Amino acid sequence: MQFLADNFPLLRDAFLTTLSLAVISGICALVLGTILVAMRVSPVGPLRALATFYVEVFRNTPLTVVFFFLAFGIYEIDLQFPSRFITAVAALSSYTAAFVCEALRSGINAVPPGQAEAARALGLDFGQTLRTVVLPQAFRTVVPPLGNVWIALAKNTSIAAGFAVTDLTAALQRLSNANADQLLLVFAAIVVGYLVITLPSAALIRIIERRVAIIR
Amino acid sequence: MTSVTSPAIGEPLVRLSGVNKWFGDLHVLQDVDLAIDRGEVVVVIGPSGSGKSTLCRTINRLESIEKGEISIDGVKLPDEGKQLARLRSDVGMVFQSFNLFAHKTILENVTLGPIKVRGKSKADAEKRARQLLERVGVSAQADKYPAQLSGGQQQRVAIARALAMDPKVMLFDEPTSALDPEMINEVLDVMISLARDGMTMIVVTHEMGFARKAANRVVFMDGGRIVESSDPETFFTNPTSDRAKDFLSKILNH
Repeated sequence: MQFLADNFPLLRDAFLTTLSLAVISGICALVLGTILVAMRVSPVGPLRALATFYVEVFRNTPLTVVFFFLAFGIYEIDLQFPSRFITAVAALSSYTAAFVCEALRSGINAVPPGQAEAARALGLDFGQTLRTVVLPQAFRTVVPPLGNVWIALAKNTSIAAGFAVTDLTAALQRLSNANADQLLLVFAAIVVGYLVITLPSAALIRIIERRVAIIR
Repeated sequence: MTSVTSPAIGEPLVRLSGVNKWFGDLHVLQDVDLAIDRGEVVVVIGPSGSGKSTLCRTINRLESIEKGEISIDGVKLPDEGKQLARLRSDVGMVFQSFNLFAHKTILENVTLGPIKVRGKSKADAEKRARQLLERVGVSAQADKYPAQLSGGQQQRVAIARALAMDPKVMLFDEPTSALDPEMINEVLDVMISLARDGMTMIVVTHEMGFARKAANRVVFMDGGRIVESSDPETFFTNPTSDRAKDFLSKILNH
């Protein structure tokens, strides 16, 4: 226990880094994924094609490769993110946005077509129909799959450890290298750190799900 | 004082000329010509698959057409975009399956169009919505959600929702076909009172009683064509085409 107390500042900072990576990337991914899905269902062909291309590229590329590209690949085109943390956020959100987009699209497809038809018949344009009628209903049906995306994202943040961000996984490496005798304790502390993020999320998702359910 | 853009009285409000539509190889609308005057109530009947619902849906371009022209109040139906949205706001539509917005209350269903499309204030839109809900007899349900209402109530709300836009013409696409028999009349009564108030209506229906009571004209369709078009009395007592005679003998003689 003394060991944990000694290393508390490192563990706390690492936990906060993991948490903020997940939360900030989650918000960015939600915004980007919503824009992408609007493009994917829009009546404009080129927008649909662009969004489909994005989703297929990011969904089918290993996250580590996305990290590599954003950390080093973009030097080639004379670009660089201001910090390693921001690089990690960019990689996590651009990758996760593809999954958010697909989760939302399944939700949009679950909204009966008559809903959008009724909105269009009232004179709402495409954007208004999407914003006021289709997306609010789609979001409600995708709470469980979006919850899965969120939990996957929370765990995917660990790849940032490989790119010099001191998150929980990086703390695990550092502490276990220096304290081989305390290995189990280090593991337990790190796992608890992740569980503190993911377990309450699962509970929260269930509560949101019940709250926003639509009776049909 | 009439405005310059508004056509003279007597000009048809809705005009379809040479309208053709295909679903793949299926020629669902074939050279359809139809003109509907202001205040006219036209009932479209015909066997299933005759294209009557498709015809109704082309008038506000929920279905596009491949050939021909449709104009409303002298304005040709635009392709996609803001102009189409504006034109649709003048054409009320009532669907077979009601299509009330499931995540909004009854009152919000009726105020959505006026607020988002007409730019009305929430207070004005709500005041008008309550009047309309009163008129169709569901004012007590204003704060409930659609799923909490019976089918007949939902369809009456759908009529109020369309009326809230002050449409020039109302389209009814089999408005009573999804209803339990005991709820059909409450919806028909609302429609009959609308017709009496002078609303221009195009009604696709199997309700012959409504056609007799409220229609100025009955249009009989078969195989994507308008086969016969006459006043209800003539149509029901003395149809000219064999196809209409056959259809009527099947639905009226039991």
